[in-house]
Amino acid sequence: MSLKTNTSIQEEEKRTPSFSFPLFSFKSISKSRHLWLFLLPGFIIYTVFFALPTLSALFLSTTDWNGLSSQFSFVGFQNFKEILTNDAIFTQSLTNNLKFTIGVLIFQTLLSLGFALLLYKNSAWNTFYRSLFFVPTIISSVSIAFTWNFMYDPNIGGVNLFLSKIGLEHWTQSWIGNGHIAIYSLAFVQFWAHTGQMLIIFVAGIQAIPSELYEAASIDGATRWQKFKRITWPLLAPATTMVVAYTTIQSFKAFDLIIAMTNGGPSNSTEILSTLLYHEAFINFRFGYASAISVVFMIVIALLTFLQFRVLRLTKM
Amino acid sequence: MKQNPFRQLILGIYGLIILLPLSLVLLTTFKTTPELYSNPIGLPAGWNIENYKQLLVNEPIFGYIKNSVIVTVFSTFFILWFSSMIAYAIIQLPQKLGWIVYGFFVCGMIVPTQVNMIPVFLLMNKLGLVNTLTGVIIVSISFLLPIGVFIITGFMKTLPKELFEAARIDGASEWKIYSKIALRLSIPSMATVGIFSFVIVWNDLLFPLLLLKSKEVKTLPIALLDFQGEFLTNYPMLFSAVVLSSIPLLIAYVFLQKHFISGMTSGALK
Repeated sequence: MSLKTNTSIQEEEKRTPSFSFPLFSFKSISKSRHLWLFLLPGFIIYTVFFALPTLSALFLSTTDWNGLSSQFSFVGFQNFKEILTNDAIFTQSLTNNLKFTIGVLIFQTLLSLGFALLLYKNSAWNTFYRSLFFVPTIISSVSIAFTWNFMYDPNIGGVNLFLSKIGLEHWTQSWIGNGHIAIYSLAFVQFWAHTGQMLIIFVAGIQAIPSELYEAASIDGATRWQKFKRITWPLLAPATTMVVAYTTIQSFKAFDLIIAMTNGGPSNSTEILSTLLYHEAFINFRFGYASAISVVFMIVIALLTFLQFRVLRLTKM
Repeated sequence: MKQNPFRQLILGIYGLIILLPLSLVLLTTFKTTPELYSNPIGLPAGWNIENYKQLLVNEPIFGYIKNSVIVTVFSTFFILWFSSMIAYAIIQLPQKLGWIVYGFFVCGMIVPTQVNMIPVFLLMNKLGLVNTLTGVIIVSISFLLPIGVFIITGFMKTLPKELFEAARIDGASEWKIYSKIALRLSIPSMATVGIFSFVIVWNDLLFPLLLLKSKEVKTLPIALLDFQGEFLTNYPMLFSAVVLSSIPLLIAYVFLQKHFISGMTSGALK
C-alpha cells in the first residue's frame, strides 16, 4: 500500500515539481483525510447505535434500575451474584438453551451433510431439491412459528393426525403444551427452518474437492465408505466447522421463533437467555438485572465463538 | 447412483416434510373456521377468498406492507451505501489503520442483537424515535453494517489496485474512483449483502417489537404477532396474513434462487 502511494507520488513529481518528503507527504495525509469522509456516516450510526449501546449494557448491568424511575443505585456485582447463585429461571433458561442448541446441532449437521452428499452434483433434480429445502430460510420466523403452532395443535394439527393415521395414536400429544418436550419440539422447527441453508455450505465444500482424488481412489479400488472417510470427510473440515459454528450461534440466539411460538411457556420450559432478558426488561421492568443477563449471554456467545475458532484452527492442520 | 430408489425416497420424504406444512397453511386460508375443524388437512370445499377479503377490509394490511417496504428498502439502501464506502476506505487507508477500522466494525458481528435491545430502546426513547420507522431503519443499519463491511471488504480487497492507481493518476477524485470503479466492480458482493439485508430486515421481529407500538407504524411480522392474539384460534385469518406477508419474498425467490441462496448463506450469522 505505502509502496503504491509512493509510486503515485513519484508519478506526480515527474509532472509537477513539488516539495514532498518521500515518507511523509502532504498528499498522503490529505488523501486519508478525504477517506475519513467515507467512513463517517457508517461510523456514526454504528458507534452511536451499536457500539456504545453494547458498552452501556455493561454499565446498566451494575445498577438496579427499573427502566422508569429517574433514580437508581449502583449495586456492583449484585445482579451477577443473583443470576449465578439464586435465579432458578436463569439456570433453567441456560439449560434450555443447551438442550435446544445441542438438539439442533446434532440433527442439522448430520442431516445437512447427508443431504449434501446426495445432492452435490449440479443436475436439474438436485438443484430443484436444494432450492426446495432452502425455502424456509426465506420465510420469516414469525410465519414459520405460526405454521408449526398449527402443525403441533393437539386436535387439528398435522403431526398428531399423521401419527393417528399410521397407527401411533399413543404418540400423539400436545407438542408445545407439554413442558417436558416443548423445547425439543421448538428445536425441530429451528432444524426444519435452517437445514436447507447449512446443506448449501456443505455442497459448496464438496464441490471444491478436486475430482482427481476420487478418480485416483477408484483406480486403487477404494470403496465408497473409504472414499468418504479418507477424502471427503477430512477435506470437508472447513465446511463442517463453518456449519457447526453457524448452527451453534444461530440456535443459541434464537428469539423470534420462541417469542412467536410459546413466548417462553409453559411455565418457563422454553425460556432461553434471549427471551428471558426480554421478559425481565420489558415485562418485569428490571432493566439493570436484564442487562446483567445480557452481559452473561454475550460472554457465553463470545466463548462459544472463540471455541469454534480454536476448533477451526485445529481442523485446518 | 442416480436411479437409487432409496435415495429418491429419502429426498422425497424430506421434500414432503418441507412442503406439506406450507401447503397446509395455504389450503387453510381458503377454509372457514368450522370447516377447518371438521376437515383440518383435506382440500377446502371451494376456493373462497373470503378470509383475504375480510383481512383487507378490516385490517390496515396495506399500511403494514407499506411500512415493511419503507423500512426494508431504506435500510438495505443505506447498509449497501455505508458499508461499501467503509470497505473502500479500508482498502485505501494505510494498511495498519485499515486493519484497525476493519476490526472495529467487524467485531460487531459477535455481539448478539438481543444484548443491545435495552440500551437501544432507551436511546431511541430519548431521541424520540420510538414509534417511528426511522428508528427501526437506523437500528437495522447499525446491526447489519458489520457483516456488510466484512463481506464487501473481503471482495474489494481482491480487486486489482492498479485500477485505482491509474484512475488517481488521471486525476479522478476519491469519490469518483469509489463510485465509478470500486462500486461497479463490487456488484457481486453488493448483491449478496443486499439480498440478505433485505430478507433479514423484512422478516425481523426484535426491533419492530421493541420500537413500534401503534398500528400506523407496525411492520408485517409484528402485525402478524398481533393477529395471533386477536384471532386466537382463527387459523384461516391468521394464515391469510401469513401468506400475504410471505408472498413478495417467495416470488422474488422463484426468480432469483441462485442469488438468494448464496446471499442468505453468507448472511447466516445474523
